[in-house]
Amino acid sequence: MAILNKAQAEQLLKKVLAFSKADECEINLSGSEGGNIRYARNAVSTSGGISRSSLVVSSAYGKKLGVATINEFDDASLEKVVRRSEELAKLAPENPEFMSFLGPQQYKESATYVPATAAIDPKLRADAVATSLKIAKENKLTAAGFMENSAGFSAMMNSHGLFAYNTITSVDFNVTLRTEDGKGSGYASKSYNDVSKLNVDTLTKIAASKAAGSAAAKALEPGKYTVILEPAASVVLLENLFFAMDARQADEGRSFLSKPGGKTKLGEKLVDDKVTIYSDPQHPEMPTSTWSGDGRPQERMNWINKGVVENLYFSRYWANKKNAKPIPSPDGIIMEGTDASLEDLIKGTEKGILVTRLWYIRSVDPQTLLLTGLTRDGTFYIENGKIKHPVKNFRFNESPVIMLNNLDALGKPERCVSGESGLSALIPPMRIRDFTFSSLSDAV
Amino acid sequence: MKRRDFLYLSGLTAGAGLIGPAKLLAAEDLLQPADLALKKRLADIALNAATSKGASYVDVRIGRYLNQSINTREKRVDNIANTESYGMGIRVIANGSWGFASTDNMTPDSIAKTAALAVQIAKFNAPLLEEPLKLAPQKGYGQVSWKTPILQNAFDVPLKDKVDLLLQANDIALQSGVNFVNSSLFCINEQKYFASTEGSYIDQDIHRIWPTFTVTKIEAGSGKFQTRNALSSPMGMGYEYLIPDKKEEIDGIFKLYRNRYDILADMRLASAQVAEKIKARPVEPGKYDLILDPTNLFLTIHESVGHPTELDRVLGYEANYAGTSFLTLDKWKAGNFKFGSEIVHFKGDKTQKGSLGAVGYDDEGVQCGEWDIIKNGVLVNYQVTRDQAHMLGLNASQGCSYADNWKNFQFQRMPNVSLQPNKEGLKVADMIKNTEKGIYMFGRNSYSIDQQRYNFQFSGQLAFEIKNGQIAGLVKDAAYQANTQEFWNACSAIAGEQDYRLGGSFFDGKGQPGQVSAVSHGCSTTKFKGVSIINTGRNI
Repeated sequence: MAILNKAQAEQLLKKVLAFSKADECEINLSGSEGGNIRYARNAVSTSGGISRSSLVVSSAYGKKLGVATINEFDDASLEKVVRRSEELAKLAPENPEFMSFLGPQQYKESATYVPATAAIDPKLRADAVATSLKIAKENKLTAAGFMENSAGFSAMMNSHGLFAYNTITSVDFNVTLRTEDGKGSGYASKSYNDVSKLNVDTLTKIAASKAAGSAAAKALEPGKYTVILEPAASVVLLENLFFAMDARQADEGRSFLSKPGGKTKLGEKLVDDKVTIYSDPQHPEMPTSTWSGDGRPQERMNWINKGVVENLYFSRYWANKKNAKPIPSPDGIIMEGTDASLEDLIKGTEKGILVTRLWYIRSVDPQTLLLTGLTRDGTFYIENGKIKHPVKNFRFNESPVIMLNNLDALGKPERCVSGESGLSALIPPMRIRDFTFSSLSDAV
Repeated sequence: MKRRDFLYLSGLTAGAGLIGPAKLLAAEDLLQPADLALKKRLADIALNAATSKGASYVDVRIGRYLNQSINTREKRVDNIANTESYGMGIRVIANGSWGFASTDNMTPDSIAKTAALAVQIAKFNAPLLEEPLKLAPQKGYGQVSWKTPILQNAFDVPLKDKVDLLLQANDIALQSGVNFVNSSLFCINEQKYFASTEGSYIDQDIHRIWPTFTVTKIEAGSGKFQTRNALSSPMGMGYEYLIPDKKEEIDGIFKLYRNRYDILADMRLASAQVAEKIKARPVEPGKYDLILDPTNLFLTIHESVGHPTELDRVLGYEANYAGTSFLTLDKWKAGNFKFGSEIVHFKGDKTQKGSLGAVGYDDEGVQCGEWDIIKNGVLVNYQVTRDQAHMLGLNASQGCSYADNWKNFQFQRMPNVSLQPNKEGLKVADMIKNTEKGIYMFGRNSYSIDQQRYNFQFSGQLAFEIKNGQIAGLVKDAAYQANTQEFWNACSAIAGEQDYRLGGSFFDGKGQPGQVSAVSHGCSTTKFKGVSIINTGRNI
């Protein structure tokens, strides 16, 4: 579907809403156009273009809700989808947790759409890959990588007068370079709304440098080490903490934030006081949508402030039950840091390990948030402020809660993207004491 | 239970992001397959349009992907979602390169434009190839069809019956004193139509089902909590999987299930076991003989055998995401690489009845079969698609191509990879009797493995200690860590066919953009000597 502008989306949604006979009706509309290219073994492998759209109609009678969807947009189809959702609502049992749809909301303008990103075509993607491959071949390395771009819109309207509209663009690039003998590997990744910020040349050179530098790794004994985590490594640990900050789970006693007797750690010191984590849809370095999918406005929100758990996110139902503010879960995380560079952190380290990427992160124990996973694509031993040599990869078993209590130093935040979930974040490099590596891996 | 035949919003309001929900529709619409003649006509438009733009090969997949998920907690239904995704993916070779484009706008004009875009992408990419693609020869089958051999279509079963079953199971848990219970049922129907310029028009109707639950128990004083998940498996079956059958039960240290599952009985057992887990003693770390039930071992097979024998990983096509493999071509060429002990025999297949991988033809029109991957402990083969077969000197694909949706490019995905049972019918009870110091594990839990598949760590839903041939109670916080090759070479006993069961993964992730696939792994209970067990308990 073509990307509808605000007026076109509003007109289409009004037309759908006019068919409604239910007590309440809410409609979500979205569409996108995008493309991708993939390469490996120093050659392009697969690529494609994807076009999709969706219209979702929710109708409610009292606390009974019905939902139906269609992706055809002629008048008969639009009326059909509304009638179908109404029929389903009439069949539904009452849901005691149903919340009446929201009334009109105020949203700030979001800065998530960049025309240059929307204009990316197959040629631009192929040219970017050609740039990356040239660097790989010049350095006698083997490249595998991926670039993907998308442009789309989302809109919603309901019978209480709520209307929301947003457009968003995104471009993702990530690349792995490996030495020809398979003994060295390096990685770089970025995700932006604005393609002008993406520098394929620089990213490929970073990956090339890590690949060449990580060959001939030496084995260190597993155990507790001071580590410096680059942002691409720490984001996959922090996001697990962040994804678990749901108020209901905590109140119900089945979260790392639960305490005996139905109490929670909300308002309590959880981690080192250097830790401040927040979200801000208007952040110039990482704009995200100013409204959530159910129409709630997304605002700047502190989650952990100077080590104290300041807010949890609530469903509308749970917030109502607990008489709390219904804070939605946000689209990106931001952690405060300092002006120190990664090099500064390395310089200040007597003995430690630089971790550039972590992989295959899984929860081991939700009560303690213990996670396991491995280092990957460049792990280095630091001695007396300098990188001495690459080391073999480790498996770790560590909780981000314990890790953030052992926080030693922070650097300057930078934009990164989770290799596990795709979540965007603005996170500083961090130095952690006593990080637990439990075994060695032969993987490169 | 009355009037539960409803449809509820399930994550549909994720409106602000770009990744929209699949199309939702009423249950009755799920039963109407698209007209075969119409599908052929639409496919021919794409084949002709792409050929006329210069494609030397074209295949078209028209997919209608129907999912129903029912999620409940305690005494109420959280949501029911019926989703549909319908559209067309067109893959071409032009100037020796792949090109692909997909659309959900199924007008002739849109299909022709999408075909032209696929050809244009191939032509842009061709200069970036080192050598042109080579496809293994494949004959056209003409107009053929295949259907999962189900006894009862899950989409035919009234919603009320499914909801009632889940809530009945929840009631059992609540009456047993658990604090929380969540239960879910997933039903999948892939209606796939494949057509290619080689003369195949293949219509397939594929069904899968997965009932599952989690019970949670919190210890009042300490606030410590434990969970126990269902020991069911996702299956390539209809609703019959949920109809208990004594003949499909296995009498182990408790009841286990083969091709039929008794959710009520498992819920009763789980509710008792989760209370025992709270009281269980922490595992003493160290080396143990490890006995793994198929409900746990299937996932270890998946990660440590299935993934490293994917040829695309071996060759480096997944180097940027899922990773590569330690099972490099030189090890295969040597013909004597000891992947495991003598008794370790793995077959790849896309044919096992009831399995998630079973189809008639893969997503590039290759009829599916069965082959050895590890024989007598030695690596003998991999998993390949048409454009990879020549790299192994094979003159045909093994039929391992799959795409999770019409909108995504099909590529090499794992077939069922299964451990062959002991031919003498070794009994699990004897395996336990012959174990002095062991851990006996059931159910999937935490799982993690490195990008070349050397180092892994797994835990289970239940871990029993074995002392001097006897079960000595549950332990908690146990996980096993091992190196893949050392682990499979420590494989000392495999139970007989009477214990053989399928486990499976419904959402195996791979590729960029990311795709999921569903795959089964069959095995019997298996023993491994001297495996490292760690204790994962911590305090925060």
